[in-house]
Amino acid sequence: MTNQPVLQVDNLKTYFYLEDDRVARAVDDVSFTIYPGETVALVGESGSGKSMTGLSVMRLIAQPGKIVDGSITMNNLDLLSLRDREIISIRGNDIAMIFQEPMTALNPVFTIGNQITEVVRKHKKLSKQAARQKAIDLLKMVGIPRAEEIMNEYPHQLSGGMRQRVMIAIAISCEPKLLIADEPTTALDVTIQAQILELLEELKRELKMGLLLITHDLGVVYEYADRVMVMYGGQIVEHAPTKELLKLTKHPYTEGLLASIPNLDEEVDRLGTIKGVVPPAYQFPQGCRFSDRCPHVMDKCKESNPELTKITQDHDVRCYLYEKGGNDK
Amino acid sequence: MTSKEKEAVQIQHSPKTENEILVHAKNIKKYFPIKGGILKRTIGHLKAVDDISFQIYKGETLGIVGESGSGKSTLGRVLLRLLDPTDGKIVFNGIDISNMGNRGIRPHRKDMQIIFQDPFASLNSKMSVEELIEEPLLIQQNLPKEERKRKVTDMLEKVGLRASDRLKYPHEFSGGQRQRISIARALIMEPKFVICDEPVSALDVSIQSQVLNLMKDLQDDFDLTYLFIAHDLSVIKHISDRVAVMYLGRFAELASKETIYKKPLHPYTQALLSAIPIIDVDDTKKEREKIILKGDLPNPADPPSGCAFRTRCPHAHDRCAIDRPVLQEVEKDHFVACHLYT
Repeated sequence: MTNQPVLQVDNLKTYFYLEDDRVARAVDDVSFTIYPGETVALVGESGSGKSMTGLSVMRLIAQPGKIVDGSITMNNLDLLSLRDREIISIRGNDIAMIFQEPMTALNPVFTIGNQITEVVRKHKKLSKQAARQKAIDLLKMVGIPRAEEIMNEYPHQLSGGMRQRVMIAIAISCEPKLLIADEPTTALDVTIQAQILELLEELKRELKMGLLLITHDLGVVYEYADRVMVMYGGQIVEHAPTKELLKLTKHPYTEGLLASIPNLDEEVDRLGTIKGVVPPAYQFPQGCRFSDRCPHVMDKCKESNPELTKITQDHDVRCYLYEKGGNDK
Repeated sequence: MTSKEKEAVQIQHSPKTENEILVHAKNIKKYFPIKGGILKRTIGHLKAVDDISFQIYKGETLGIVGESGSGKSTLGRVLLRLLDPTDGKIVFNGIDISNMGNRGIRPHRKDMQIIFQDPFASLNSKMSVEELIEEPLLIQQNLPKEERKRKVTDMLEKVGLRASDRLKYPHEFSGGQRQRISIARALIMEPKFVICDEPVSALDVSIQSQVLNLMKDLQDDFDLTYLFIAHDLSVIKHISDRVAVMYLGRFAELASKETIYKKPLHPYTQALLSAIPIIDVDDTKKEREKIILKGDLPNPADPPSGCAFRTRCPHAHDRCAIDRPVLQEVEKDHFVACHLYT
């Protein structure tokens, strides 16, 4: 893909200033780009900073959090330099986001139709009638049956899968260039998850959007993402095209994650584990942030944090094992 | 046991003898009344569990998989008599517990325990770890204080916590460690039977695998029989010996895990398995055909006539709307409720 990226993030840092002077480095020096029509997965466990990265791109970080450094570029515009009023017109029009829990994301006291037309009318100068028609079209586009009736129903009358479809309809209403999907199927059953993921894939192709898929499920990543970024401790620790990352896994953390998933094809008696737990963002260990859980830890790892280094054309790893571009483990 | 009770324990299909069976559920039903109108009269029933029969063998793990609303948690609770069955019989270790009163059932409670999904909600935040784990001992046994302390310390070690953690409170622990506390609390009475209701679904994968490994180890150490309820098919496959697939209050399929995963017969099982996203970097599956089911799970309060799955089934035919398929043994130890196989 040689065309212009829809989103470029450089050295993004989002810190939270907690009481008693602790600083949680939720996102710490994260850089990536997303091209049109591409699905990039951001993978990690809870507390790794993946959602905060998504929210930072939307400029939705609330107090005591703050984007302290870096740049987020879209259409040659630095989103971080925009005023609050200006960013509002970017949100929805150019970037949209859907969340994990579609019940809390929808307002329970307004009808579905109300909530979609509100967004449509805010961003496009449409009459009430035209907005209503647009909303019905959107609902049909995301595969909701009886769209006209659903317009008059309330969120609680819909199932989880249907609510997520409504969220997607709202998100794509202004044909954004980038859609950030934060665990869009985690709250859904597996047969419904498959429906929603297929829908996102279809819409992405149709609207030529870039899709940033935030998830913890490597199975979903394998089936839907073009590239993967693995996040740990607020930083990207490995980045590569999906197949390469899952087959020629480099970073010990990625390896640990893969080993701990029960495999449907292989029978193992014991699952792999990663010892310990994800450290809180205000208490990373000295040196490499994975060092206290890493099975290959060396002295050096406890002294300084390795850089994200290119080991092949499109495979980056943040680990001293691969420092000289080598493969020696 | 009277001869009549013995007869009740006889199973229609399996050659397992009576003393190899720990739990025998016969025609279990659990209906919840739906109230409506100004007078709050019962206007219908939600059939959460609708006529299910099966056995759980000693020492095995029976996995129950199904989507939300399929009735799998209700089934677990009915088996432990945390909910009273509307109808049917539960024979636990040779004793019919389905109609026992609270007092009668209490001595049996120590043999059957449950671990819940959310370790944030299931532990009393005002009790220390020691108090939490000790509590069942206080209720069930009359042990001297020293003995209780020793047991708690042993149990903490067995579940991978430190003895020094005993005075801490639940909020000081991560999700995985809290689940270890729940496990310790369930196992302190040395039960025979443990129901695990989505015990790892709230945990991150790396923590999930630690807890799954622990549960397998403890099963060997304590000779436990598990009923493992989950929606994640790969977790179920990892932990179970036999697997039952539930759909709207009934079993769609029941077989050994090898059979279920290699040769699923029920169209619902087939769709479920095909819908799991898997990592297949070596392309062993080439073009794995994905069966995308249409629509949602029907409203359990108003299920379709005949086969409950017919509204989403790619193979549905006329008969499915009329006859309700019963769970039948189509191959040895492989039970399916589907008209395609009758």
